[in-house]
Amino acid sequence: MKHFMNGLQPKGVSRRDFVRVSLVLGGGLMISVVGCAPNSEEPFDAKSGGDPLAPNAFVRIDPQGRVTVISKHLEMGQGAYTGLATIIAEELDADWSTVSVIGAGADDKLFGNAAIGGLQGTGGSTAIANSYEQHRKAGATARAMLMAAAATQWKVPAGELTTEPGVVVHAASKRRAPYGTLVSAAAALPVPQNVPLKDPKDFRYIGKAKGTPRVDGTAKGNGTAIYTQDVKLPGMLTALVAHAPLFGATVKSFDATNSKAIAGVIDVVQIPTGVAVLADHFWAAKQGRDALVIEWDNSTATTAGSKEIMASFRALAGTKGMEIRNDGNAGQAIAGAAKTVEATYEFPYLAHASMEPLNCVVDLRKDRATVYNGNQFPTVDQAAVAKVCGLKQEQVTMETVFAGGSFGRRANPKSDYVVEAATIAKAIDGRAPVKLVWTREDDMSAGYFRPAMLHVMKGGLDESGTAVAWWQRVIGQSMMAGTMFESKDGKDASSYEGASDHAYAIPSVFLDTHYPTVGVPVQWWRSVGHTHTAFAVEAFIDEMARAAGTDPLAFRRELLAKDPRRLAVLNLAAKESGWGTPLPAGRARGIAVHKSFDTYVAEVAEVSLVGGTPRVHRVTCAVDCGIVVNPDIVRAQMESAIAFGLGAALYGKIDIEGGRVVTNNFDRYRVLRQREMPLVDVHIMPSTEKPTGVGEPGTPPIAPAVANALLALTGKPTRTLPFIG
Amino acid sequence: MATILINGQSREVAADPSMPLLWVLRDIVGLTGTKFGCGIAQCGACTVHLDGVPVRSCSTPFSEVGAKSVTTIEGVAASDAQAVQAAWIEQQVPQCGYCQSGQIMSAVALLEKKPSPTDADIDTAMQGNVCRCGTYLRVRAAIHRAAEMKRASA
Repeated sequence: MKHFMNGLQPKGVSRRDFVRVSLVLGGGLMISVVGCAPNSEEPFDAKSGGDPLAPNAFVRIDPQGRVTVISKHLEMGQGAYTGLATIIAEELDADWSTVSVIGAGADDKLFGNAAIGGLQGTGGSTAIANSYEQHRKAGATARAMLMAAAATQWKVPAGELTTEPGVVVHAASKRRAPYGTLVSAAAALPVPQNVPLKDPKDFRYIGKAKGTPRVDGTAKGNGTAIYTQDVKLPGMLTALVAHAPLFGATVKSFDATNSKAIAGVIDVVQIPTGVAVLADHFWAAKQGRDALVIEWDNSTATTAGSKEIMASFRALAGTKGMEIRNDGNAGQAIAGAAKTVEATYEFPYLAHASMEPLNCVVDLRKDRATVYNGNQFPTVDQAAVAKVCGLKQEQVTMETVFAGGSFGRRANPKSDYVVEAATIAKAIDGRAPVKLVWTREDDMSAGYFRPAMLHVMKGGLDESGTAVAWWQRVIGQSMMAGTMFESKDGKDASSYEGASDHAYAIPSVFLDTHYPTVGVPVQWWRSVGHTHTAFAVEAFIDEMARAAGTDPLAFRRELLAKDPRRLAVLNLAAKESGWGTPLPAGRARGIAVHKSFDTYVAEVAEVSLVGGTPRVHRVTCAVDCGIVVNPDIVRAQMESAIAFGLGAALYGKIDIEGGRVVTNNFDRYRVLRQREMPLVDVHIMPSTEKPTGVGEPGTPPIAPAVANALLALTGKPTRTLPFIG
Repeated sequence: MATILINGQSREVAADPSMPLLWVLRDIVGLTGTKFGCGIAQCGACTVHLDGVPVRSCSTPFSEVGAKSVTTIEGVAASDAQAVQAAWIEQQVPQCGYCQSGQIMSAVALLEKKPSPTDADIDTAMQGNVCRCGTYLRVRAAIHRAAEMKRASA
């Protein structure tokens, strides 16, 4: 492993910035882990430091007292490393400055995520939710063992001992033992079961405003944090792939003569997804790729553009789909309503467009392979690599490094780019480690987009302006079809989650779905189905409120009376935004509330039009995510989710023309930039409910909040996204 | 073989003159703090300083470097940079972190030009640095804070 670290050491970067250890975990299984130890001055090093205390899969304490948390979740910006370490540090009573975090290897048994059926994975805003109790126990168990060791050493009852951060204390005899000094004695003790947890009133870190700064903050501010893009192995080649310009096209023939003539190009190989050029470095691979002459076989390709695809969805609007919800009789209630409202909302394909374009390193040897990646689905990717390479799954080691964003993209059920990297490594018989690098254009043209969607809505109001009927038809590709997450009955919740279960108390509610097959690959995107359902529901509620002549906040309040948590965030956001108070001329507020991943978020957007273009000045956000582990990260995730959702609402659109993605870089796929970022005030609801996620739930409400502000400002609904362009 | 000045040190570098400085730094010299984001000078992740001026290294051919001094995130160490990096931690700016080297390089260059930037100055200077995690508010707050720290220590 030395070679890997040496390869990663630019001048002035010490080893402590990048730490790799191999640990023997339960059952004698050897798991390799890789990560970042930004907090500790010296690296965790099992060899020189002596045996650590290793009471479970999640925490190690070495004889120097350094605490290493092993994160089963990928750190892709959302703060999982810091959050998980905070939970363990709390119950362990660790000194935060001694805590480091490394990424776990691939193992469903040790690191499975209970929120996604025991599969190891990071997604669905579940990192804290599925780990809270587990990690509290992990930390508490380690602390109990250290205390037991001290009790034996001092010959005092364990009940007389207490801890301060990093130290066991016996107050009566004024004895103190730093954790590190107790490690070897503690490691010899049996691991206790059912260790009591702290009373939350004694929490030192959890929920504290200034509790735990991010463990990755320093490394990410000085260039030493290691992403897949930065992995360098001896003899490693960089591979770029010439992908088919059309989805579903294949290579008919190619000529690599000019490509191979370029200095630095080592090899050119055909793979199922195109032609790979392997070179000593990126630039040679890029030039080599540009020099390829390829004839594509388009006979099985998709040639439809996004406009034609949306038109085909519209053609389904009058056809009955797969029924998801049918309470009362929505058709009859609308026919008999005093007033009806109709709207059709259209959503484009969206790219994840993480700052780090997709990439993956595969080091294939005779009887093993090592994958270096921002592993969001480590065991899924591990199995896929094993299959490609003709290895057993346990012969594939997954090294998890930081991901430069993901927003869902690195959790690909088909392991698309990981398989591509492994395929190239296999194609050259593992003669060299391979770093597959996608350019921005590759990344944005590869598909696995948030699907384009169409929502057709009808609503009915009675004479008093009360909503009596809701009818909704959702049309769009299934993102689960063909994956391990496909349901037997063909229903795909990512089309209707957040819509079929909307909380508005309306007697007749109908929702059905169509899942047209289109050859454009689709996948979840930050907040999955809620990216479009929240807009359809919350924009339509505003349209109904307007038809009823009722203030949109009041209209919601009445219909949400039986959903106290949703109502509470709605009221909090409204109050903090100054809802109902005068604004400068030309400005209006819009409100939206949505529950996703068990977290409730309400947002009020303050909007004006500048030269006919929406300008969002301020967003007031209220969030209820149960117990808060790190308030600053909750705030950061709300800011982040709002920026992400707002960028998509204003500008986000993947355009496909004749089957080709034309919006393939940031010049044509516009994203939110500094000047467009509104002020954001985040208000966190105090709660003792179990913790829920914060990575995604801030995204869904922002687009409808802005649309609703525009409705208030102009009287015209916004029904096609994005708002600009 | 060309001699270039990187982070105050002379380096002998053999690279194709058309190779963007980004790849010279990352793949030839081995400095990976400067990131590849778009390749067309649209995202700012690759921002470095040439004689103190921020440039997009993905679109700067190696041949353009010549005798100019190259500063990367690994070498940026002037007092402005120290203040910026301290403010970045204080404001807990980074999330995924991938764009942050570029953000910091742009911020340091801004403060060297304008020690007390307004919000509008910051928006203009930082408009070319995309952050998909949306850390923009904290970037702005951290730049103001760094300016304050600099003034306090002056």
